[in-house]
Amino acid sequence: MKKLIAASLVGLGLTVSATALAEPVKVGMITTLSGGGSGLGVDVRDGFLLAAKMAGNKDLEVIVEDDARKPDLAVQIADKMIQKEKVDVLTGIIWSNLAMAVVPSAVGQGVFYLSPNAGPSMLAGKGCHENYFNVAWQNDNLHEAMGGHANSAGFKKTFILAPNYPAGKDALTGFKRFYEGDVADELYTKLGQTDYAAEIAQIRASGADSVFFFLPGGMGIAFMKQYAQSGVDIPVMGPAFSFDQGILGAVGDAALGVKNSSQWSKDIDNPANKAFVEAFKAEYDRLPSLYASQGFDTANLILSAMKKADVKDADAFRAALKDAEFDSVRGDFKFDSNQHPIQDIYVREVVKEGDVLTNKIIGIGLEDRSSAYVEDCKL
Amino acid sequence: MTLALLIEQLLNGIQFGVMLFLMAAGLTLVFGVMGLINLAHGSLYMIGAFLCASVALATGSFWLGLAASLAGAAAAGAVVEIVVIRRLYDRDHLDQVLATFALILIFSEGTRWVFGSFPLYLDIPQALQGAVALPGGAQYPLYRLSIIIVGVLIAIGLYLLISRTRLGMRIRAGESDREMIGALGVDIRTLYTVVFALGAALAGFAGALVGAIQSVQVGMGEPVLILAFVVIVIGGIGSIKGALIGAILVGVVDTLGRILLPELFGLFMGPSQATSVGSALASMAIYILMAVILALKPQGLFAAGAQ
Amino acid sequence: MSRETVINWVLGLGLLAVPFIALMQGEPFYITLATRVAILALAGVGLNLALGLGGMVSFGHAAFFGIGGYAAGILATHAFNQEPLLAWPLTVSGSSDMLVIWLVAIAICALVALVIGAITLRTSGVYFIMITLAFAQMIYYFAISWPAYGGEDGLSIYVRNGFPGLNTLDPIQFFLICYAVLMACLFISARLRDSRFGAALQVARQNPDRLAATGIAPFNIRLVAFVISAAMTGLAGALFADLNRFVSPSMLSWHVSGEIMIFVILGGVGRLFGPLAGAALFIVMEFYLGGITEHWQLFLGIILLCVVLFVRGGILGIMAGRRVHA
Repeated sequence: MKKLIAASLVGLGLTVSATALAEPVKVGMITTLSGGGSGLGVDVRDGFLLAAKMAGNKDLEVIVEDDARKPDLAVQIADKMIQKEKVDVLTGIIWSNLAMAVVPSAVGQGVFYLSPNAGPSMLAGKGCHENYFNVAWQNDNLHEAMGGHANSAGFKKTFILAPNYPAGKDALTGFKRFYEGDVADELYTKLGQTDYAAEIAQIRASGADSVFFFLPGGMGIAFMKQYAQSGVDIPVMGPAFSFDQGILGAVGDAALGVKNSSQWSKDIDNPANKAFVEAFKAEYDRLPSLYASQGFDTANLILSAMKKADVKDADAFRAALKDAEFDSVRGDFKFDSNQHPIQDIYVREVVKEGDVLTNKIIGIGLEDRSSAYVEDCKL
Repeated sequence: MTLALLIEQLLNGIQFGVMLFLMAAGLTLVFGVMGLINLAHGSLYMIGAFLCASVALATGSFWLGLAASLAGAAAAGAVVEIVVIRRLYDRDHLDQVLATFALILIFSEGTRWVFGSFPLYLDIPQALQGAVALPGGAQYPLYRLSIIIVGVLIAIGLYLLISRTRLGMRIRAGESDREMIGALGVDIRTLYTVVFALGAALAGFAGALVGAIQSVQVGMGEPVLILAFVVIVIGGIGSIKGALIGAILVGVVDTLGRILLPELFGLFMGPSQATSVGSALASMAIYILMAVILALKPQGLFAAGAQ
Repeated sequence: MSRETVINWVLGLGLLAVPFIALMQGEPFYITLATRVAILALAGVGLNLALGLGGMVSFGHAAFFGIGGYAAGILATHAFNQEPLLAWPLTVSGSSDMLVIWLVAIAICALVALVIGAITLRTSGVYFIMITLAFAQMIYYFAISWPAYGGEDGLSIYVRNGFPGLNTLDPIQFFLICYAVLMACLFISARLRDSRFGAALQVARQNPDRLAATGIAPFNIRLVAFVISAAMTGLAGALFADLNRFVSPSMLSWHVSGEIMIFVILGGVGRLFGPLAGAALFIVMEFYLGGITEHWQLFLGIILLCVVLFVRGGILGIMAGRRVHA
């Protein structure tokens, strides 16, 4: 899908003249809009476009295209956007494997890449690049925060499971990096697995006092429903991915009371966030998700840099991005030397507001967390 | 591992197998009677789940949703048969694979267009919530036990349908000699539509049952489809009995493989390496099983006169 | 010249012309697109040998496509990091020379195809379709869960592999390499088809008993054809990895097997240039539909369905008329 957004058409156009640096910024967004996992891409896109609309800066031009979650298609679109559309900034990719396919060659060709979701360890450490910025998190972050939470909740014997692929292994490593108790058992499931009866039976038999899992997308929905039906009552926790707004409705009451970690929540108390949640509800008639907040922040980061520098002056624009002088909806936000965020990661609990399942913050998992790979990055 | 846990895992394997059987039965029936490979069978499974979820959401009743999924999938199957599939019977397998591959694209994207990109909510009915105590002290979810029972009932029903009824007689005749039953005055076009709709209804029913414990989302049919193919190939294409035994075999091997292989490797290597290697091997286990069976019996376990 | 020959020339020269026109128009992106067409057509040419000539409906050619890709990715990574691939019993180092990579890709694919073929070719019909699919799935899951080379995340090739005397980073030169390989494989296919081996293979498809009666075992003929077919598809995989500078398990997924099959069928099964026509049409549709609507897969599905139902014999079937030979 191609959407050319001339943001001034819909915005108020009052602040436009203040940004006298005339060169327009062309942003190419490659994201997953069709097939499995398209809900995430839709949210990132909607959040991003909302920010563009609210800013009303007509110098920001956005092209959106669907990668259908295929790495080779994403690479093709990236090449097209760089070579044909001559974009200055790329963004939008949801999945680590697609990011790994696109980012190294894209930043090599001189464009900026701002990640609104994926944060593979390679790009945070050895493979970091001056033109690569991550506006969401390093992949391990949310899991690390859950490890911190498990300590403060007093868990001593946690059963941990994740799918058998790199992000799954990173998740369990991240959890164990901060967790001080014992691991009851460590289980890797098949990627895309939908039946967890066997794993749940093992959890029941393990004598664990808590369960940590990372099962993104449909896997997590299936696991939570089956876990609730199994009658096992060991407390469950996990990163926000399985408990976020887009997915909670499908998990249903099975998710009630589950603790999950996230750098954002709709009840974070700051003006930027309040305005974002209200505007998102008004614009799209649903509650924003974590992914929408990340898309929103990404757009605002670009807008903030546009105010300070001309995108054709790459060094100045890079410095402006790095300053990150924008009001992030998650509150305090700054970049570490590897250009990944330093931010608080909260622990949320799934609650019901009227008929709608949503999250509320109950504490902080890790404060001012950067990433484990920052030492490996030579920036 | 205790005996009770082993029994529970065995039950899990059987239940997984029964779910696969519901998918595989339709697939193998369609292949046996019409000689057609239908990759879009997984789409009918998805349609069943989406119908059940949306009707259950609108009416509040899972049972109405289940009925809707049966009827809706059967209707979708009949329409697809009349519009598309009918033209494929006298084509080679290659055209069938491609045409039904195209159907997958159409159904997946069409479903997403209608229902949106987010997974739907579907929960098991109130009456089947909770767990029952097994001998030996373990708890087993009532819903899963019900799936096993329903699956076995359907297997018996299909057996009776095919061996005892007039329709079944025609189906059997169609399997052994397609031209002949046409010559005998049986309305073969209607027969094919009915068989295809029956297969579709079974797939939709399975989708609804499974949707309640898994995620109702676009693309949910594809992994199951591939497993169902493995099942019918192991069982012998066209054989309902083969499909049942193949399904249970695949279900049990997959479930026990997931649990036992990592433990097995744990005996002679470090725990994290063992989980890694064990899980990798477990995800390949059923394909290895299939390769071994076909290497020994190229027509599957119970070949039913398939060509 | 028959009509089909004319069309083949048009297709071949047309593909060659695209990058140069693109360069003149200042639209270098179309060079990438043409390169993609050439590479995917090559994968199709490989499958066409098994499928069109030998009647072996392999639903698992993604396995070879992916293995070829991983051969390129793994060798290049080791060369880039200067780590030997194998330290014992003899030192094998990585390589960033395309010629070496191609040889390795071809050799490994041939070997794997020999094993897979030896098992799968005992079956026929639907069983063959499904068991080839099963082998591809096995390799797919292995690649996902094997951590050494990135698993699901895939493996980046930081610098495109080199070719003696050429600058592969230049899109046109890389295109020409791919184009030359495609043409070479088309030439080999044509020679094979017209050789005694090709004749035997076609008889093995049409009437295996008759072939057996002449003292040639159909199994062996098929196996050899399957191995050559896999090697060509593997070569395409190696080039594809270099094009994207990336390889991941998605190259091994069953969708890719389906797509390679689509190239062949769209173009016309058993036609020499069929895969080229099919791949070109598919890529162009994917490219333009993707630019128009996010529901492009729906329309792609409808178009494919109509082609199968109403256009028998694919694009070359319509344009060149019914095939002269059986």
